[in-house]
Amino acid sequence: MNFGFNEEQELLRNTARKFFENECPSDTVRKLMETPEGMSAELWKKLAEQGWLGLIFPEPYDGMALGLVDLVVLMEEMGRAVAPGPYFSTVLLGGLAILEAGSDAQKKEWLPKIAAGDKRVALAWMEPSAQLGPAGVTLTAAEKGGTYTLSGTKLFVHDAHTADALVVAARTRPGAGPEGVSLFLLPKGTKGLAVTLLPTMDQTRKLCEVACSDVTVGADALLGAAGAGWTPLSRVLDRATVALCAEMCGGAQKVLDMTVEYAKIRQAFGRPIGSYQGVKHRAADMLVDVENSKSITYYAAWALDENSPEAPLAVSMAKAYVSDAFRRVAAAGIQLHGGIGFTWEHDLHLYFKRAKGSEFTFGDATHHRERVAQLVNL
Amino acid sequence: MDFTLTPEQTSFRDEVRGFLSRSMKHDWVARLSQGSDIPRPEAYEMLRRWQRQMYEAGFVGLTWPKEAGGRGLTFMEEMILQQEMALAKAPPVLNILAIGMAGPTIIAYGTDEQKKRYPPKMLSCEEIWCQGYSEPNAGSDLASLQTRAEKDGDHFVINGQKVWTSLAHIADYMMLLARTDPAAPKHKGITYFLLDMKSPGITVKPLKQLTGDAEFNEVYFDNVRVHESQILGGLNNGWAVGLTTLMYERLALGFGLQVRLRIVLDGLVDLARSTKKNGVPVTQDPVMRQKLAQMWIDTEVFKYTGARAITKLLKGELPGPEASAGKMMWVEGHQRVQELAMEIQGAFGQLTRGSEWAVADGLWQHTFLRSRANSIEGGTTEIQRNIIGERVLGLPKG
Repeated sequence: MNFGFNEEQELLRNTARKFFENECPSDTVRKLMETPEGMSAELWKKLAEQGWLGLIFPEPYDGMALGLVDLVVLMEEMGRAVAPGPYFSTVLLGGLAILEAGSDAQKKEWLPKIAAGDKRVALAWMEPSAQLGPAGVTLTAAEKGGTYTLSGTKLFVHDAHTADALVVAARTRPGAGPEGVSLFLLPKGTKGLAVTLLPTMDQTRKLCEVACSDVTVGADALLGAAGAGWTPLSRVLDRATVALCAEMCGGAQKVLDMTVEYAKIRQAFGRPIGSYQGVKHRAADMLVDVENSKSITYYAAWALDENSPEAPLAVSMAKAYVSDAFRRVAAAGIQLHGGIGFTWEHDLHLYFKRAKGSEFTFGDATHHRERVAQLVNL
Repeated sequence: MDFTLTPEQTSFRDEVRGFLSRSMKHDWVARLSQGSDIPRPEAYEMLRRWQRQMYEAGFVGLTWPKEAGGRGLTFMEEMILQQEMALAKAPPVLNILAIGMAGPTIIAYGTDEQKKRYPPKMLSCEEIWCQGYSEPNAGSDLASLQTRAEKDGDHFVINGQKVWTSLAHIADYMMLLARTDPAAPKHKGITYFLLDMKSPGITVKPLKQLTGDAEFNEVYFDNVRVHESQILGGLNNGWAVGLTTLMYERLALGFGLQVRLRIVLDGLVDLARSTKKNGVPVTQDPVMRQKLAQMWIDTEVFKYTGARAITKLLKGELPGPEASAGKMMWVEGHQRVQELAMEIQGAFGQLTRGSEWAVADGLWQHTFLRSRANSIEGGTTEIQRNIIGERVLGLPKG
């Protein structure tokens, strides 16, 4: 047993930390989050040059063929920088959906372009019901003479407004179960497709509404077989969930680091506030939250890489734990900083808001605890 | 990152499994105090026999060097053993303070003679050890201890009192911290002695706890003579030696604690399944499902954080203050399990052993009450947070 990172992974961590410190310091983050796009073409190109846009894609599609455990390292560093941009939506959602569900031709067409930074693909799966299981997919895709007509609304779609194409989950057969869920790949500008950017609490992560009004496409727009979309989609969501947890771990660690540094220098009643147990003990609790979050996230990533039967359970344990932990840590960070922590100028609110957004992405702790209960046969 | 076992580790695991399936008696679990690592008085004899059995099969002191009677294996094997014991719901060994603390400290600081003399009899349970640290006025602030050891020729004469001393009434030896230089700063004048509990002048009085049991004791020393060859790690060096013991305590207990938490959690899930409220099993109640699932998650998280610590150890790093986090997590987790057990039982939670209406013969009532000590014994949760704050995060001392 070895529950640590290898030399290459440590190297990746060092490289990524320096990269984001140089290329994505907080003034860049703030500049980008104020723009509707929420990204910079220049930064995107640099991510491509590092090979990170294709990190988890297989080599035939110009990827680096690395695993989720490797990706965890990169995601932690992105979370540390509270990096904005469509990495998450393109690589882990749209890209992975094509990898998991697409035909070889579709993969060949899209994945190398994603890896090169030339194309971005988003994934539209949730709807206004915010229901997370297959029953939540109600957008209809009616088949008639070899064409499909899609009608309905998708919500909480990451970066749809800057994507070149959307993977849309739709129902080709009525019902609430997994059978009948199909995935469609719709290029930007498809007739009847309307994307609206939504104002979000976490400005570093852009969310959209995607409305389909009688979007008519051919069967070649199907990603994989009709009706067989839920299995690959759930594989995508499990992987993206762990990647998100890793990003949250990185953010939580950064909040802890900022807080400890501040507690060492900020004086009250003639001594550093970190010497008071009221502060010290809360910082200790933050550390426990951060370390535990990492442990369960690393395990879930490993379980997914190994295709362990325990992987879905590990994923839900991770998301349940980390959702609560990052929220607690980010809140404690603000509290221990006092008034300065509540200002717009201080970076803490970026992490606090990221924690809140991440908490509800792919299901909150309550949702995942129930999934754990089911998976362990409670 | 790799959680799979090597062929050697797999065969060790099979060896453990074989032993446990041959040796475990299934009604043992119910007779044990589930929550405590300090065994209940009524279980002493059974646990002594159990340790003897484990010892003869070669499963006590895995990581100790061969000269000390151990097997010279790594913490990986220790972890495998603990995991398998959890799966089999095996009881802990009786001589836990010797195996977890006194032994490793003697191996680290002892003279050749001390290393030859003491560890083997710890493993075989021939000599039980207790820990003489805490005093009525020295708990969390251990360094202010007042028990004195005054030099008299080649002996020291001990006077004073220890308290909360588990197993003292059946112990053969004590790890004793006593003040040998009252003039020195408080951390510098302490010496660590290996004290024979049969020495004249020692009085052990049982201390009845809020559970009604007397697993702890008060120990009084009235001119107890101890030879200078019984000093461990040098005169006035007791603070450093004593801290090593505490570090091993948290580490060794760390493995065991995760196992014990798993066993208690499994018991809790069984309790929830078999308890009905409003005509349906408690496990069908959405609020209880949330609480039970969180408990399950926290227990697993504890395991993987432990695994990360073990990975560090296997790479040759010493047990560090991180062990404090493990102790805190266990305490919080275990106390929450016990509260949940009460919540599940509802009104029946009030009934103790002796009533035919009591759930599981009142076992949970005992473990629930006992669990309040968890956040005090072995370093209070407040002290653990200080250690994490100061020694892991580098925050200034108060």
